[in-house]
Amino acid sequence: MITDPALAAPDELLGAGPAADPVAAAGGGDNPAPAGLWRHRHLLDVDVLTADELELVMHTTATMSEILARPIPRVPALRGWGVTNLFYEASTRTRVSFEVAAKNLSADVVNVTASASSVTKGESLIDTIRTLEALGARMLVIRHATSGAPWLAAETFGGSVINAGDGLHAHPTQALLDLYTMRTHLPGGSVAGRKVVILGDVLHSRVARSNLWSLTASGADVWVCGPVTLLRGFEAWAAAGVAGTRQFTATSDLAAALRDADVVMALRIQRERMASGLLPSLREYAARFGLTRARLATARPDALVMHPGPMNEGVEIAPDVAAGTQSVITDQVANGVAVRMAILYLLAGARGAGE
Amino acid sequence: MSGRRIMTAEEIRRAVIRISHEIVEKHAGTDGLVLVGIQRRGVPIARRLAEAIREHEAAALPVGALDITFYRDDLSMLAQQPVVKGTDLPFDVTGTTVVLVDDVLYTGRTIRAAMDALMEYGRPRAIRLAVLVDRGHCELPIRADHVGKNVPTSREELVRVRIEEIDGEDAVDIDRAVAAEPVAARTT
Repeated sequence: MITDPALAAPDELLGAGPAADPVAAAGGGDNPAPAGLWRHRHLLDVDVLTADELELVMHTTATMSEILARPIPRVPALRGWGVTNLFYEASTRTRVSFEVAAKNLSADVVNVTASASSVTKGESLIDTIRTLEALGARMLVIRHATSGAPWLAAETFGGSVINAGDGLHAHPTQALLDLYTMRTHLPGGSVAGRKVVILGDVLHSRVARSNLWSLTASGADVWVCGPVTLLRGFEAWAAAGVAGTRQFTATSDLAAALRDADVVMALRIQRERMASGLLPSLREYAARFGLTRARLATARPDALVMHPGPMNEGVEIAPDVAAGTQSVITDQVANGVAVRMAILYLLAGARGAGE
Repeated sequence: MSGRRIMTAEEIRRAVIRISHEIVEKHAGTDGLVLVGIQRRGVPIARRLAEAIREHEAAALPVGALDITFYRDDLSMLAQQPVVKGTDLPFDVTGTTVVLVDDVLYTGRTIRAAMDALMEYGRPRAIRLAVLVDRGHCELPIRADHVGKNVPTSREELVRVRIEEIDGEDAVDIDRAVAAEPVAARTT
């Protein structure tokens, strides 16, 4: 099992983590019918998903994309299900995307924003979750600034918990939509053997951490790249070698990282999480690590450009690259709805499942 | 698993040909006629019907595939979410006469779900139903317009349709169900 030295793993902290699945590199291929059955009650991170389960999510997402292409993108699959979005951190795309996904499945959606709730009166996370459950929530979508909060929620909540981003730790639906977006654009429909570069503020990125699990499990050759101060822990982790056949490299050598890359994912510089001293200045970061047209030209000619958003244009990514022909950033947003519909659908069937 | 064979491959072939004639006869031609198979085994049966109609009417009917998973009324009762096979309707159903095709008509709930699903894609002029086997016990006011074979069954029995494109051979068998979940196993 890969452990992240940059962060005490919350599953160990809270004693709720299931054992990691055997590492299985995905064979890839042209989306064969998935054999795996869904056995999870919660989606807390992607590390517990086997290659077969990832395949099932991708397959289900494709059928949800078909629904989204309809004039009225709505099916009655989750009619009567209460889905509550509990967001302790600011979010536009993730919250709206979950709301649209749940509505497309005919679920009853309730949105709770911590800043406008009794949380401001000092109500604890556990009390808030009990209250929401008593008010009819069967699925809880939670975003929290503290790593591990969704695991705590899963211990309390009687239904299914979906992690919509916890601290620096995990953002499983983002990783799944990134995987889906790559597969729909890469020739062959697979990330196996593809070089995927995650560039930027890796240290503060739950997107990078979740993507590491799902991409390496799917057979991608993953490189994380950024200033040494923003790779702290990852270099030692990569150098120590990772389990099984997973391919993972950490480097501050931007030229080496971009060489022959099939996918370049720029990460947002998270100014709100940036302790002083990690970067000399944003301008210097942009000059040394910003994804510019000239730098992108050193990757493969048809390399995909991705960004989990929101973007600091002109810092981690140049505006002309973000809006360029290789960019699939708006596809990521659109695919986010389909992926979240797939997850809501699959979790709805997992009543009684252990984890 | 020892089953009684109620249709052989040859009988299935003849039933498909007869139904293909009935469909065209009832519709008085092939104009505005489309075939929609219900996932999974309805899809290859619909293709065979289209092929038979192409042979004797020299008309190529559009064929679609309909996945009804999201429209089932028992989703919250199943232990495991069914794997979605996907819908592929490469034509506009509005104004057409749709012949829904499935392997077995049992409770009628699949057909109810299929009609709901179909309506999401447009407003057909009419919806008809063709099935290979009608085994009785319909729980809804639904009947088939075209039937390959009527088979009186008890609820404890399991009708097992095998279609070459999916199962490697054509056959319909009837089994004494050992497991006590005929509804979950046979979703019709």
